[in-house]
Amino acid sequence: MNLAYLDLRHQLRRFVATAFGLGLLFAIVLAMGGIYRGMVEDAVVLVERSGADLWLVQRGTRGPFAERSTVPAVLEDRARAVAGVAWAHPFSSFTLEPEHAGRSLRLTLVGLGWPDDRGASIGVTRGRALERSRGEIVVDASLGLALGETLTLGDDPYRVVGLGAGLVASGGDPLGFVTHADLERIQSYLAADARRALPPGDGDAAPSGPQAILVRVAPGTSVAAVRGRFASFTDVDVYSQSDERSFLLEGVVDKARRQIGLFRGLLALVSGIVVSLVVFNMTVAKTREIALLKLMGARTRLIVSMIVQQALLLSVLAYGVAFAASQVAFGLFPRRVVVGPEELAGVFVLAVGIALVASLAAVRRALQIPPTTILAG
Amino acid sequence: MLALRGERLDKTYGAGDNRVVALSDVTLGVEAGEVAALLGPSGSGKSTLLTTLGLLQLPDRGSVWLAGREVVVGGRALADLSALRRSQIGFVFQKANLVPFLSALENVMVAFEINGQRGRVARRHALDLLGYLGLADRADHRPDELSGGQQQRVAIARALAMSPPLVLADEPTAALDGARSRDVMLLFRRIAHERGTAVVVVTHDHRVLDAFDTVHEMEDGVLAPPRAQGRPLTTPAHLPPP
Repeated sequence: MNLAYLDLRHQLRRFVATAFGLGLLFAIVLAMGGIYRGMVEDAVVLVERSGADLWLVQRGTRGPFAERSTVPAVLEDRARAVAGVAWAHPFSSFTLEPEHAGRSLRLTLVGLGWPDDRGASIGVTRGRALERSRGEIVVDASLGLALGETLTLGDDPYRVVGLGAGLVASGGDPLGFVTHADLERIQSYLAADARRALPPGDGDAAPSGPQAILVRVAPGTSVAAVRGRFASFTDVDVYSQSDERSFLLEGVVDKARRQIGLFRGLLALVSGIVVSLVVFNMTVAKTREIALLKLMGARTRLIVSMIVQQALLLSVLAYGVAFAASQVAFGLFPRRVVVGPEELAGVFVLAVGIALVASLAAVRRALQIPPTTILAG
Repeated sequence: MLALRGERLDKTYGAGDNRVVALSDVTLGVEAGEVAALLGPSGSGKSTLLTTLGLLQLPDRGSVWLAGREVVVGGRALADLSALRRSQIGFVFQKANLVPFLSALENVMVAFEINGQRGRVARRHALDLLGYLGLADRADHRPDELSGGQQQRVAIARALAMSPPLVLADEPTAALDGARSRDVMLLFRRIAHERGTAVVVVTHDHRVLDAFDTVHEMEDGVLAPPRAQGRPLTTPAHLPPP
């Protein structure tokens, strides 16, 4: 006979309603973690799918993901000439908002190093990679464009030849991939267009080169050795893929991590207070029953276990609600929410921890109830 | 054999002008199978004596023997009092104090649960007890589905669960009408005589005094010498045989 269960059976509706509400709180805690993980995964998509081992960026900068960087176009050929380099491609990206079919799209455009890089490594899920040097684009499916559809960028039409999944920039905007030459053409057109709108003398000149050069080290060659050879290039700094990944995460994502972490902490605190109040009130409501048990000589552990079991059951049930909500609702969020086994396990441990801590006040209260309370009539 | 003995018990509450003497040199003995009444006006110290004999509080001075074993001496416990309450004493109150979310059977099983006895054996014992008290057909009823007398009988079944040598009852008939009060007292007599249980009942109810073997009267914390009773009540026909 489990007294905790029998008590809950008696007030099942109220208990389930409380667990449901608490479960939504846990779902938000889960979502916050998933949103952060989604941000991290989104942020590093470009770096990880570039296939580059080394990034050559403007001297004195940390590269395009941290600050403005421009390198000379000839750097691509110089890099290719270094021993141990398999390939070297220009890299540039910028965000634009073209009009299409009466609506405004927002995407981050990335230039591929045609003809060597046609976008095979970016993960095309429908259609194909680029096959022509001009007028083709691969976009993320979330942009809502269909294969074969034409999108006007700058002054030229671009046919959608491939769709990918999960291709987003660190800001969450869908990515689009064109040849680097096309990207420069679009960029020049938009810069000229912007300059026309400004008084003479104002405005930046059109970009004079790519933002970075991506370098792939030949198989069997040490990345560190090739990186050392670039030390003689006095006009650039060289970073590894892992360096660029860190720059990305230290920038935008790190602030978001701290903010989300603070928010999750507050939510965990609120959840703890809710569980604590619920369990405390359930204990107060059982004052006479607890006094009776104590008068009958019940061991302290029987009373403590009844309270702790109820708190645990409440938290675990709430966790179940949160898990169900994550399976049903998180896919509807505008940004990617990545909830993996670690996140699920983490929130489960949090729920159990909250239950244990939250039951302390109730246990203390129960232990203070004098058994003679039952004689008071 | 003495099932219970309290010797030279003193208990005082408060201090100075607020000092109240609840027990003053109280000595009391109850034999196994004896049904004893504790009478007295409000504030006479009956409840203090009951809670002291029930090991719910310690006296300032004096000793308590339970089933021949000294468990309190000089106002100090010589044993785990909770453990003694679990196994040696059954309590019955003015209200039945049944757990509202448990059935009659489960309320009796609580006593077994507290003593670490679970499963079919505990269930069978609880059912046997309910049957003994004429409640076999009410085993699955919740307290709010039982009459006051039936609730009190479930409470008595709970008190008897561990077959304790002593049952302490605090005004068990106060909330019952005359007929039901007599039923409850008859039950106590039957339990005492058939099971050898010592029963101590705090009561104001003069209607049932003839159910007791001895009557102890208290006033201002002092216990008068016991008064033996003459003719005990007989078992009514509607109560089931043991």
